[in-house]
Amino acid sequence: MIGAALQALASHWRRHPLQLATLLAGLALATALWSAVQAINAEARASYARATAQIGSGALDVLEAPGGPIPLPRYVALRRAGWQLSPVLEGRARLGDLRVTVLGLDPVTHPPLPAFTAAMKRDAAMLGRMLAQGGMLIAPPDLAAILTDVPGLPKVQVSDSVPPGMVMTDIGVAERLLARPGQIDRLLILPDQPPGLTPLADLAPDLQRRVSRAGTDTARLTDSFHLNLTAFGLLSFAVGLFIVHGTVGLAFEQRRGMVRTLRALGLPLRLLTALMLGELLVLALIGGGLGLVLGYLVAAALLPDVAATLRGLYGAPVAGGLSLRPSWVLGGLVMALAGTGVASAQALWRMVHMPLLSAPGLQAWAQRAARGERRMALAGLGLIGAGGVALVLVPGLVGGFALIAGLMLGAALLLPPALALVLHLGRRLARGPVGDWLWADTRAQLPGIGLALMALLLALAANVGVGTMVSSFRLTFTGWLDQRLVSELYLTARDDAQGEEIARWLAPRSDAVLPIRSGEFTVQSVPVTVYGVVDHPTYSKNWPLLEQTPNAWDRVNAGAAAFINEQLARRAALWSGDRVQLAPGWTLPIAGVYSDYGNPTGQAIVALPALLSHASAVPNRRFGVRLSPEAMPGLMRDLRAAFDLPASALIDQAGLKAQSLAVFDKTFVVTGALNLLTLGVAGFAILTSLLTLWSLRLPQLAPVWALGLTRGTLARLELGRSLLLAALTALLALPLGLALAWVLLAVINVQAFGWRLPMYLFPADWLRLFGLALLAAGLAAALPARRLYRLPPSELLKVFANAR
Amino acid sequence: MRARLALLLLLLAALPAYGQGYAGLGSTAAEGFAVPDPETRLNFPRDHGAHPEFRIEWWYVTANLTGPDGTDYGVQWTLFRSALAPGEAAGWASPQIWMGHAAATTPRHHYFAERLARGGIGQAGVSATPFAAWIDDWQMAGTDFDSLSLTARGAEFAYDLDLIAEGPLVLHGAGGFSVKSADGQASHYYSQPHYRIKGTLTLPSGPVEVTGQGWLDREWSSQPLAADQNGWDWFSLSFDSGARLMGFRLRGARGDFTSGTWIDAEGHATALAPGAFRAEPLDKTEVAGRSLPVRWRVTLPDRGVDVEVAALNPQSWMGTRFAYWEGPVRVSGSHAGRGYLEMTGYE
Amino acid sequence: MLLTIEDVKKTYPGARPVLQGVSLTLDAGQTLALTGESGSGKSTLLHLAGALDSFDAGEIRLAGTALSGLDDTGRAALRRDRVALVFQQFNLIPSLTVGQNLGFHARLAGRQDPVWIEELTERLGLAELVARYPEQLSGGQQQRVAIGRALAARPALLLADEPTGNLDETASTAVMELMLDLVRASGTALFLVTHSDRIAARLDARAHLSGGCIA
Repeated sequence: MIGAALQALASHWRRHPLQLATLLAGLALATALWSAVQAINAEARASYARATAQIGSGALDVLEAPGGPIPLPRYVALRRAGWQLSPVLEGRARLGDLRVTVLGLDPVTHPPLPAFTAAMKRDAAMLGRMLAQGGMLIAPPDLAAILTDVPGLPKVQVSDSVPPGMVMTDIGVAERLLARPGQIDRLLILPDQPPGLTPLADLAPDLQRRVSRAGTDTARLTDSFHLNLTAFGLLSFAVGLFIVHGTVGLAFEQRRGMVRTLRALGLPLRLLTALMLGELLVLALIGGGLGLVLGYLVAAALLPDVAATLRGLYGAPVAGGLSLRPSWVLGGLVMALAGTGVASAQALWRMVHMPLLSAPGLQAWAQRAARGERRMALAGLGLIGAGGVALVLVPGLVGGFALIAGLMLGAALLLPPALALVLHLGRRLARGPVGDWLWADTRAQLPGIGLALMALLLALAANVGVGTMVSSFRLTFTGWLDQRLVSELYLTARDDAQGEEIARWLAPRSDAVLPIRSGEFTVQSVPVTVYGVVDHPTYSKNWPLLEQTPNAWDRVNAGAAAFINEQLARRAALWSGDRVQLAPGWTLPIAGVYSDYGNPTGQAIVALPALLSHASAVPNRRFGVRLSPEAMPGLMRDLRAAFDLPASALIDQAGLKAQSLAVFDKTFVVTGALNLLTLGVAGFAILTSLLTLWSLRLPQLAPVWALGLTRGTLARLELGRSLLLAALTALLALPLGLALAWVLLAVINVQAFGWRLPMYLFPADWLRLFGLALLAAGLAAALPARRLYRLPPSELLKVFANAR
Repeated sequence: MRARLALLLLLLAALPAYGQGYAGLGSTAAEGFAVPDPETRLNFPRDHGAHPEFRIEWWYVTANLTGPDGTDYGVQWTLFRSALAPGEAAGWASPQIWMGHAAATTPRHHYFAERLARGGIGQAGVSATPFAAWIDDWQMAGTDFDSLSLTARGAEFAYDLDLIAEGPLVLHGAGGFSVKSADGQASHYYSQPHYRIKGTLTLPSGPVEVTGQGWLDREWSSQPLAADQNGWDWFSLSFDSGARLMGFRLRGARGDFTSGTWIDAEGHATALAPGAFRAEPLDKTEVAGRSLPVRWRVTLPDRGVDVEVAALNPQSWMGTRFAYWEGPVRVSGSHAGRGYLEMTGYE
Repeated sequence: MLLTIEDVKKTYPGARPVLQGVSLTLDAGQTLALTGESGSGKSTLLHLAGALDSFDAGEIRLAGTALSGLDDTGRAALRRDRVALVFQQFNLIPSLTVGQNLGFHARLAGRQDPVWIEELTERLGLAELVARYPEQLSGGQQQRVAIGRALAARPALLLADEPTGNLDETASTAVMELMLDLVRASGTALFLVTHSDRIAARLDARAHLSGGCIA
């Protein structure tokens, strides 16, 4: 009996291979995008965790000198006072043609590190080579391969236990590579301190203790980025499930007769249900498996860009290689199973509760649709409201995403009622029987195609929203770059001595030489970079201030006030007129807040003499040079010749802007790719829902055809109907997308990056997207329409015959 | 004292890998390091300072102390120097590594601590005049070698002791040139075993005023241990008669090797012929998961010595990066007295 | 002659010939019953007469128009203007109410006559049902709506293919009576495919299809 039933059930798929393909494709797409995002996230998180373990000091508190390095004698003095500390010197250095992070440690006092331990295990004499005999660089394999051939560097040791883009070495070697002799960036406070020590606050009141945070800085900084990706993955998954829902619903609908027959033949309902559940399980596993393969490919294609973004934006150490991790593989399969379950629940429920004999419905489709749409409208409004409440209750990133989820899902649920209303109004305007029928029939189709339209709505709104956000961001960013990068030439000297020399050399040859000097400070236990600027109109005329107090620049130039960037202002809740403590004994009023879109960290600007009086050892290697553009090529040539500077040490304004924009664009490559994929999936959802509705459409079209409409007319009307629905959906997606953009700009971005951006509107983009939506809907409708146009009349006539 | 030389080498070589990879050290050649020379005449106070051209060196104090209630205590203070390359340089470029061990032992408890430092930056070092040896906040210093103050602290103990020398320096071997084996290995080696000590020992239960005697060893060399030797038992005993005995037993595949020095009450030292000094384990006790002999019969027939040496606290285990047993002992039998015992290589 | 069928042949692709030279005529206002075995081609002939499908050979003239010369559009126009159809099932447009269905063909043909539709509605007993949707009606009710819709357009020819085939005996008789009454009253010609001799006997003429030819 089971065998026969299985055969009967399977025969449906043999007869409808397209339906089977659609179902599997829907499942695979949903699983693929979700898994891809999860794979990327898992890879990045694993990289952070690995880096934290490899750097090995994540859980320790550290001591830092506000504004600059800690001189070596301070470390020794604290040691001799009994404090168990370990020094770290870290910086970016150019080794050969590569810019790498050099992490200098004292292997003798540092807590055990995987990279060192592994190296010693292989070779007991390693310590001798690390500390003496010219030193040793421990580098990840890719870096090591390149660095080995660079002349003048210490020997290179390969280790898998060093984060990407980083070289670990003895602090003595690091100070040579970084040209920072006798300097220490931070002191790790080791776990076991003897009792009875003089408190650090008394011994070293000028040093700040930064408490270790739960999790790493990178993980904290990049959380928002990953949450973003996850949200996109979930959106794609939901859109994919619309396809599954539609196909499963149709397959069950079409098998009603078969189910009735099987039950009439004595197959117990329970067994039948179990068989159909098993069938769904198998399909889910196949589709989910395909999706995992697809997801792996998508992730592998996207990961290099994501890694580049994370490295560029957050300095997060992420490698570009993807590995198969049980977490996202299993997660993807579970999502595929759960998604299939959710998408099929309604169809299964209907099948189980289907009466053995059919009877005319008590309620007409119009009433059922109206009731369903009322429910949807209520649920939609409820969801939007819940999203708003969530933002109030849980402010921050999670609340922001809850608002977005509520907004998007709620709006999706509101779509069918809204479309029904529009169609109702449209019918009133209709002239003639065909128009009348067309509106009514479109209205009647709505429940069937509604899910696909919801998918389209979500994809379009996401496109408008994210597109508006990214474009607004880009416009603001470009304008900001114009304000911020005023000097015609930017140069970096090898060290402070050369810096001074170059500055002297440049003084008579240019309009102005503006040193770019900064030190690391801590404000409210968060690292903040403080820049010291000289009094020059370049700054006061151009600097992009969001708000300022009277005579702001005069006060800052006099050393009596500071500017802070928007990130710091928002994070520390400090605005113009407040006071900011940059270091113990150095508190300044805030003269203004400036926009700063280059990085997610805090910054402040003070007068250079003020900075130097609190941090004498800030490097003096970078300069902005003002001069007439015509003089630039000659000056650059002379500079290179006079100081033997590498090409990378000099960059003109245009070059720097291009670099900045390149980093910016790279950041949103993934967003754009996911956006487009989501739209593609939505287009596919429309196609599948139209294809699956096909066999149900014939009884609706045949009478109209018989009454005197040609197949060509009907095909055109079908196409037009799809375009109309897509157009209406796209129109409704616009306000939703703008609302989404607003939430992204005003809530999510503020949390994720620390800045709020003005929102700009890009009607040309909307028009393009509108065209894209019509194209997608048109393409999706073209196939069924063509099929209708070519359909032999005898097929249409079969509808009326008893043979059905 | 060859045993301690090996200990130092093992410790420092093993240090970064924390117990890994000291195998093979016994055969490492001394590349570019100075070699102990029998023609060298020790010159004080200069030779109280460091000799960075030699591979290894130490300043090693052990003390037997007594509290006001008659309770016995032991104290250890050690500064090891190990060079990755010969010579000294300023800053991180220095090839010198320093390691400090400190311990305080009571009949019931044993507390210890460890410190590590790079040379060249001032975190650890030794200067001869005025004399100072230090690592972090641990210090042994004084205007000269005869009058020193000694401090150290760990998580559970601290001490601050004054050391006054009541006898002359003792040069081991020939004028401080101490031959170690038939293969010709040797070290420069002298001791000051005559310190009278007074000071404060701080324990978790509170500070204790203590008095007693201390023994300081100074040794430097460049030559490592023979490959087959896997452990040693080292004794420094001070008898109530005023005489002192240093002796050790090296346990190796080629059989045990013993040697030592007899110091009479006036401080005159006589090197012992190999095999003259004997030590037999009597009782074993479970310490840190291994079985160690904490009661010994020590004999030196030439001098009529036949004594039983028993640990004050059998659990005097130094759980440092390279672990060993080092603690105060009581001496009874033909001679009564106190001293220190060090044991390594018991697995 | 309203309808002339001359030596019409029809073969569906990949099947044996259905009609092998059928000829038949029908006057305006005349009623004709076409009977025959299952699969004898009755329905096919009716479809051809209604300009629903094309034929391979011969000619059909409807109200003076030769169907062989018509394309899809021409056939559709003819269906709209000259004929009305009642099938065994699925006659009605599901998305329109009974009232809208009743008026649909008439509006399509441009001959909407509210008084006539009102009368038909009354006579077919559908007054209570105009606001309902087809799926809410019983089979008999649905067929009455289909007849009403067909006649509301005042066609020259009503083509009916087993209009009561899906109904039980009582309903079948009632619906058929009503249809014949209305057809006669309105002077519409009727081409009825049926397997019932009893019904066939009540019409003006009768033809029997067998082996692809009129017997």
